[in-house]
Amino acid sequence: MTPPALQVRGLTKRFGTTVVVDAVDLQIPPGRFTCLIGPSGCGKTTLLRMLAGLESASGGQVEIDGDDVTGRSPAQRGVGMVFQSYALFPHMSVEKNIAFGLRRGTSAAARRARVDALLETVGLPGFAKRSPRELSGGQQQRVAIARALATDPKILLLDEPLSALDPLIREQLRDELRALQRRLAVTTVMVTHDQAEALAVADDLAVMRSGRIEQIGSPEDIYNRPETAFIASFVGAANLIPADVCGLGAVRLWGRVETPAPSASFTVGESVTFAIRPEAVRLVSADDARIKAVVATRSFAGAMVRLELAPEHAPESRLMADIPAFGGAPEAGAVVGLEFPSVRVRVFPRSAGELA
Amino acid sequence: MRVLRWGENLPALAFLAAMTVFLVAPLLSLFAQAVVSPAGGLTGAVLLRFASAPGLKAAVRNTALLGVGVAAIVLPLAFATAYALERTRLPYRRVLAAVAGAPLLVPSLLPALALVYLFGRQGLLTPVFSGRTAYGWPGLLAADAFAAFPHALILLRTALSAADGRLYEQAALLGAGPWRTFWRITLPGARHGLVSAGVVVFSLTIADVGAPKVIGGGLNVVALEVYKAVLGRQDFPLGAAGALMLLAPSLLAVAIERLAARRQAALVSSGSTAYRPKPQRARDLGLGLLCGLVGFVIVGLLGVCQWAALVRLWPYDLGFTLQSYDFDRFDGGGWSAAIDSLLLGLGTAAFGVLAAFLGAYVAERTRAATPLRSAVAVLALAPASTPGLALGLAYILYFNDPSNPLHVLYGGFAILVAATVTHYYTVAHLTFVSAVKALDHEFEAAGRALGKSRLVVMARVIAPLSAPALVEVSVYLFVAATTTVSAVVFLYPPDVKLAAVAVLNMDDAGDSAPAAAMGTLILYMNLVARLVGLAARSRLARLAPS
Amino acid sequence: MTRAPRLTVMVLAALAAASCSQRPKVVVYTAAEADQIPAYAASFKAAHPDIDLVWVRDSTGVVTAKLMAERKAPKADVVFALAATSMIALDQQGLLQPFAPDGAGRLASRFKDGADPPHWTGEALWSVAVCVNTDEARKRGLPIPQSWEDLTKPVYRGMVSMPDPASSGTGLLAVGAWLQMFGEAKGWDFMDRLDKNIASYVHSGSKPCKDAARGEIPIGISIDYRAAEAKTQGLPIAVVEPKEGVGWDLEATALVKGAHDEKAGRTFVNWAMSPDAMRLYAKNLGMVADPSVHARPPGLPANFADHLAPIDLKWTALNRDRIIDRWSRSYGSKSKNES
Repeated sequence: MTPPALQVRGLTKRFGTTVVVDAVDLQIPPGRFTCLIGPSGCGKTTLLRMLAGLESASGGQVEIDGDDVTGRSPAQRGVGMVFQSYALFPHMSVEKNIAFGLRRGTSAAARRARVDALLETVGLPGFAKRSPRELSGGQQQRVAIARALATDPKILLLDEPLSALDPLIREQLRDELRALQRRLAVTTVMVTHDQAEALAVADDLAVMRSGRIEQIGSPEDIYNRPETAFIASFVGAANLIPADVCGLGAVRLWGRVETPAPSASFTVGESVTFAIRPEAVRLVSADDARIKAVVATRSFAGAMVRLELAPEHAPESRLMADIPAFGGAPEAGAVVGLEFPSVRVRVFPRSAGELA
Repeated sequence: MRVLRWGENLPALAFLAAMTVFLVAPLLSLFAQAVVSPAGGLTGAVLLRFASAPGLKAAVRNTALLGVGVAAIVLPLAFATAYALERTRLPYRRVLAAVAGAPLLVPSLLPALALVYLFGRQGLLTPVFSGRTAYGWPGLLAADAFAAFPHALILLRTALSAADGRLYEQAALLGAGPWRTFWRITLPGARHGLVSAGVVVFSLTIADVGAPKVIGGGLNVVALEVYKAVLGRQDFPLGAAGALMLLAPSLLAVAIERLAARRQAALVSSGSTAYRPKPQRARDLGLGLLCGLVGFVIVGLLGVCQWAALVRLWPYDLGFTLQSYDFDRFDGGGWSAAIDSLLLGLGTAAFGVLAAFLGAYVAERTRAATPLRSAVAVLALAPASTPGLALGLAYILYFNDPSNPLHVLYGGFAILVAATVTHYYTVAHLTFVSAVKALDHEFEAAGRALGKSRLVVMARVIAPLSAPALVEVSVYLFVAATTTVSAVVFLYPPDVKLAAVAVLNMDDAGDSAPAAAMGTLILYMNLVARLVGLAARSRLARLAPS
Repeated sequence: MTRAPRLTVMVLAALAAASCSQRPKVVVYTAAEADQIPAYAASFKAAHPDIDLVWVRDSTGVVTAKLMAERKAPKADVVFALAATSMIALDQQGLLQPFAPDGAGRLASRFKDGADPPHWTGEALWSVAVCVNTDEARKRGLPIPQSWEDLTKPVYRGMVSMPDPASSGTGLLAVGAWLQMFGEAKGWDFMDRLDKNIASYVHSGSKPCKDAARGEIPIGISIDYRAAEAKTQGLPIAVVEPKEGVGWDLEATALVKGAHDEKAGRTFVNWAMSPDAMRLYAKNLGMVADPSVHARPPGLPANFADHLAPIDLKWTALNRDRIIDRWSRSYGSKSKNES
């Protein structure tokens, strides 16, 4: 069994008395694209920099290909990094930037060949003599990637590489980034705060919060089977409703109305949080429905229409439902019936202060 | 488990060690004179003697007013000029830059001398002001402002030259008019530059002795008290006490500068676009007139000096003569003084650039522990607040001691270079700090991630990107060395004569015309240096990828 | 292969020999006027061509301060033509090496320090004189003053400049002389009245006369040979030796204790007291130590010696701090503006 490309055990970082990264364990198999996401301040960038060797660890270990690299400099670890601002050297040509990390002994011809190869790889053939100041944001990013790849790193680390770009380019570059990673099969860890982006590119997603990794899994896993209410609402949108367990397979929403839910692991009477995604909410005719709601607002989003619903049993709350636009969605003020298919429902233990 | 970051702290410690040897230790030995009694214990007697000296209160008041007054005059003018140079497309900007830097090219005595020729008893323009002469406050403020102006300009130019074009485009899109843009974007961005410039101007002014001597009338300032104590009464402890008094307000100013520095963000990264100034009629006209006036005054005063050097005997015989250039007849070592000054200039520029760049690098681009970084910042500003006289005296006392292992430095060129580099360290340091602060802070991290040490990044990235500042600082230090007097007057070895010292001595002896003549010689030598610098800068601009 | 080592040995030997047979060198710190130094240097070189002569010339205050600061490792061998009042201060600090120059016996007693062997010897004398710019005087209707008392008259208000005793040796000796001539009480009273007429106190002894020569100030209290010089240059200057008498000081020479080359230093001091040197001094200064050499610089009045007040230099030197303190308290704080 091949050792994981990257293994982190109990990695901790403290600034004074503040713990920014809290005993993180992580295993990344080789060739995978892993995204670290989380709200700002959760420690994801610090963790990334510790993987790079730019931040020293207060505790724990980092292993790359079975080698304990804790305490080693970035170059000694064999990592490459792309920074949020790219940090391209403005006074050097693209070629010189990319060749910066190459060893001193290499001949000029070898350097040029390597640079040209890298430029081909990132899709910028012939850009060698240009200056970074002349390049667009997307082109700069690609040069930054080429520069990081020049040293043949075992691990590629990306710190919010797409955040500085405008959305049109971002999507295109996101796909290119993914394709590039697949082509090169280089183990990649990317930090981003854009969860849609993470869902699109990652093989594995690690959701961080307050210095800890709350859940790691494939994007589908995280999206469809979030393990906490926080993850449910951070990755994608979620309706979170306070409920009590009233039996095997049912909960009472707002303590008032029953609905089926996978509550087997909970005891009767326990307070839980009932979660369902907007697109999973089914609208039915109001006549037979147990759960009714009034459409408070309706916004058109192209493929979907998002409805904000005020439930009959809890008129101050708001539920969200995403309905396909084609085929007609109810207007504001209409009364509708709601159904929450149990297979799309997640139930979490209720913790204080979680529900908005 | 805490990891001690020796790697990060080491450069800062090295800098502090160097500063200790070349600044702190000599000053401490001087100040020990002021607080250590002959018996060996601490005593406040000397300080008390100085503090109770008659006229000290007035001297302190005058010194404070002078420092603030000159800063109040210089900062707006220097800012306007820097703005005109960096943020507009006024024609003849190069000429303006050259002229605006001219006061640096002559010893600080010279403008005072020119003012006497213009507004003294026999002044050319005195009748215009119904016979009121410039002696006293008007002349003093004018002479010191003239001398301090280029120091402020160099700092403000560096601060204003780092501009992110995107911010201005944003402002324009949001409908901000020129005033709002100026108030909300330009000015805050230059805040650090303004504060440093104010500190430097204030400190230089309160330590100056030349102008008060020549044109102060009877106005007493603390610097004069120090001068009188050391050179008139050879009372070193008393002089040291006075120097301490001059140091205190400057240290306070330094503290203020530190506070302002904390809030300056990186202005330029590889993502920002260059700022392309656009012409604006009303603003350009106003600025053009103001700068024209400033330039006229500067050229005028220097021109008067040149005229006075060519006149047989002012005001009685205005015939042309070159006799004032026959330096061997007068004090100072004649023409060889010019050569020695040139050598001092080159040595100071070379060592000073290295020292200041490294110091600024340590201050801004290493992650040393906070107390170390604060110490570095404070010590970097200390030289500007140290009166040259105190520094020279401190050096002679500290280095001329046979029990000091560094004794070997004394009596040669080396100590002159050391003293001059230390004396003028601050502006050099601050210029590099401005330049280096503005560079993307991830450069070092990127270099490390690519396997290159901090040293490599410093040499291949930070230094080349600071090249314009490098040229600026070299010229500044060269020129400073050729015009400096107060620090070196104690230190120059017997076989070295210095031109600026010659000017001082000749003026002291009342030989104003030869003093002016030697001053013009220094001016021309420094003009050549400036031109070389300009050529280098334009060459750099052409080499850098656009 | 054997040539290289031999060559090296020869070169090293030559270098060693060169450093052993170094020429004697004398380093002279002096406050003599710069334009007088070339003549002195030529005269010394003619008499002693084998000794290298290095001058460090600066104002009295700087030279004195430098010598004091360098006391732990003196760089100078000889102090030459320094005001005696400063020389006495150096002597008090123990910086001088006693030495009796050749032919000291024939020198006038006024020029000696009284010790045996002497710590320093004076070679020439200069005095305080008043320079009056006759053009300016005429323009403003000022009578030429004849006495110190005259200078306190109201007609001269704001018309007079004199050196500041806190920073100029000339100023100090003028004040010291007044105190000795008039007695302390009357002396300070005189200065109180004179102060009203002073436009500014300058920081150099020569400056008041040079300013007067330029018409920058009508009347300057300054050094006598500056006044004489201005007159001989044809400038509108009248040299006045006030009736009551004038203060004076000596230009003195001494060996520095702990000097590098004491032998060369002694040679220099001997030269400084030689008839050749005396003749040179006589060209510029009103009186020289060798009574057989008559000083008659053009511009100075013939009865120069008669005006010299009977003062004790040592008294001025010893009371320097007290005098300067009192003077600064009374006049140093006033801010004067030109009229």
